[in-house]
Amino acid sequence: MRSSSLARAVRLGVSSLLLHKLRSFLTTLGVLFGVASVIAMLAVGEGASAEAQDQIRRLGSRNVILRSVKPPQVGDEDAEMRVLSYGLTRDDFERISETFPGVERAVPVLQTPAEVRSGELLCRPRVLCTPHLFQAVTRRDLFSGRFLTEQDEANRSLVCVLGYEVARYLHPFDTALGERVKVGEHYLEVVGVLNSRIPVGSVAVDPSSEAGGEVFVPLSTGRAYFGERQTQVRSGSMDIQEVQLHEIIVGAERDIDVPAVAAACRSMLKREHDEKDYEVIVPLELLARAEETKRIFNIVLGSIAGISLLVGGIGIMNVMLATVTERTREIGIRRALGAKRKHIVTQFLVETMVLSGAGGVVGVGVGLLIPWIVERTAELETIVEPAAPILAFGISVLVGIVFGLYPAWRAANMDPVEALRHE
Amino acid sequence: MSGPTAESARPEAGEGAALAEPVAELSDITRLYRMGEEEVRALDEFSFTFRQGEYWAIMGSSGSGKSTLLNILGCVDRPTVGSYRVRDQEVADLDDDELSTFRGAELGFIFQSYNLIPQLDVLENILMPVMYQDEIPDGIEDRALELAKRVGLGDRLHHRPMQLSGGQQQRVAIARSLINDPALILADEATGNLDSKTANEILELFDELHAEGKTILLVTHEAEVGRRAENILRLKDGNIDSVERGAGRVEASDAE
Ligand SMILES: Nc1ncnc2c1ncn2[C@@H]1O[C@H](COP(=O)(O)OP(=O)(O)OP(=O)(O)O)[C@@H](O)[C@H]1O
Ligand SMILES: [Mg+2]
Repeated sequence: MRSSSLARAVRLGVSSLLLHKLRSFLTTLGVLFGVASVIAMLAVGEGASAEAQDQIRRLGSRNVILRSVKPPQVGDEDAEMRVLSYGLTRDDFERISETFPGVERAVPVLQTPAEVRSGELLCRPRVLCTPHLFQAVTRRDLFSGRFLTEQDEANRSLVCVLGYEVARYLHPFDTALGERVKVGEHYLEVVGVLNSRIPVGSVAVDPSSEAGGEVFVPLSTGRAYFGERQTQVRSGSMDIQEVQLHEIIVGAERDIDVPAVAAACRSMLKREHDEKDYEVIVPLELLARAEETKRIFNIVLGSIAGISLLVGGIGIMNVMLATVTERTREIGIRRALGAKRKHIVTQFLVETMVLSGAGGVVGVGVGLLIPWIVERTAELETIVEPAAPILAFGISVLVGIVFGLYPAWRAANMDPVEALRHE
Repeated sequence: MSGPTAESARPEAGEGAALAEPVAELSDITRLYRMGEEEVRALDEFSFTFRQGEYWAIMGSSGSGKSTLLNILGCVDRPTVGSYRVRDQEVADLDDDELSTFRGAELGFIFQSYNLIPQLDVLENILMPVMYQDEIPDGIEDRALELAKRVGLGDRLHHRPMQLSGGQQQRVAIARSLINDPALILADEATGNLDSKTANEILELFDELHAEGKTILLVTHEAEVGRRAENILRLKDGNIDSVERGAGRVEASDAE
């Protein structure tokens, strides 16, 4: 009898609500939009933060990245020729790789501002001079061929490894392997191609851009052929920068060593450098910060969605209060004919929950549709967590209970005599 | 919960027969309404006993306390002071929930304005009082069907109240009041909204119920309606004005 009496209550509730179709429909809209916005906003937010975290993870969560940064300009701006010497030094590298505990390996990177050509084609990728360890520490995958080796390093071999974008750009129709490309003034043989860092299927990346274009050269070769001076000619003045190392990638032994290694690097650099001509990037910290941002983002989104649900709930409560007043007489009749208070509470609570539940169900539908549309039109990644629709629907039912309780309580506590007398 | 069967408790016709079993006993009932400083005694130390199978018209001028009495008899209102027993159950001992169940099980209500639930059909309206009982008796749908036929609505089972005439609605209300085989049938101005022809049909139904041994208490303004009842209880200022036993016994044909 129990389950069928609930089914009966729901059926009765629906038939009462259908007496006022437009009013019931308008009342559910508040909850509908509330639920839809919860799901849609969470999906978009989740997608955005997943993308950000992915980018950070690509830097290697066990790494600490030290970078040379050009300090704020000092001295004579108009000098015809200046040599600006700054940044990480070989000594920094020695200290880190030899004395720091918890460091598995440190990989130095020297960057050369060279053009890369093959025949008619030319691009300006980042030319990174680095030992063979680079691949291990950054966990880059090979597309074809091999990465730089210890031999290359020892022999100052005239070889290079291209990033996927550069290889595709310079050799669009055939493999670049075994071909020679001109890096700056020197011809280097392509011995390998690295996989793209960008997920498959995304928009093509410009090989000259920071993100896409990379060419790897043995560090010894780089030092011997390109040197540590980077010359840029700019509107009549010659700008010479001298940087020993552009980047040191420090790989910690374990994840828990990362903070200690980062702290050691920071204090060492602070001690050894008069100027702040470096920066320390700790992907793990960035990740933590991204998580924190995501958390705040979720709270803000949650509050907005919560407010819209609250407004929806208030709308329902308002209508239910009016309904209760309108049906005072019906309540009186039911009470006189044997309905207990709990029966009246159930009746009105069921009606409220049918209203909010219907809004919830349609809201889930709309809420799932929005990310689908966004993904197709705005090319934004969206992620619908399986919990989100369940959560949103649960909240809508909860809204029904919370905002239905007071009207139902009012209905149940009417004096039957007064209620019967009501016109 | 079912009391003595109606037939056996029916008082024998004729004077001097043994008194039937009491159904509703009111003793020293006072119902006070407080309006600020002012006190209204809607019932003032009212005592009376209604017995099994009796058919009473409760009459009196406006404000004499008829509706108040009926509300107390119907257990929707509680007396300020005094004791009210229905079939040996002291009503004051029941809490709100028990009282609700008691109303649904033991009492039948008929109102002036029919008071059907608009979103329910005829059959569902008739079944209303049973649906709130803790246990729903077997075959109750058949009984509802039977009652609908009995009041002449066998062909209107799934009509909504809005689709029925006033007289038909009142018939549904009567069927509803009978579904639980109540100890008392309470009717407040049951014919007040109906034209005299329809009212007469309803009163004929009451006559039939009376003949079957049901206990009926009917509040009315109209002397004509009062005359149809077996007995008349007149109220005045919250107490008994006069009691006429057997005064209302009139042949149906006379009441045209
Ligand atoms: N809720 C209330 N608050 C205050 N006074 C009330 C209330 N209900 C009834 N009364 C008073 O109690 C008295 C009896 O009222 P009751 O409704 O029982 O009269 P009645 O005999 O049914 O009258 P009528 O024939 O007009 O229906 C009246 O004086 C009325 O004003
Ligand atoms: Mg009255």
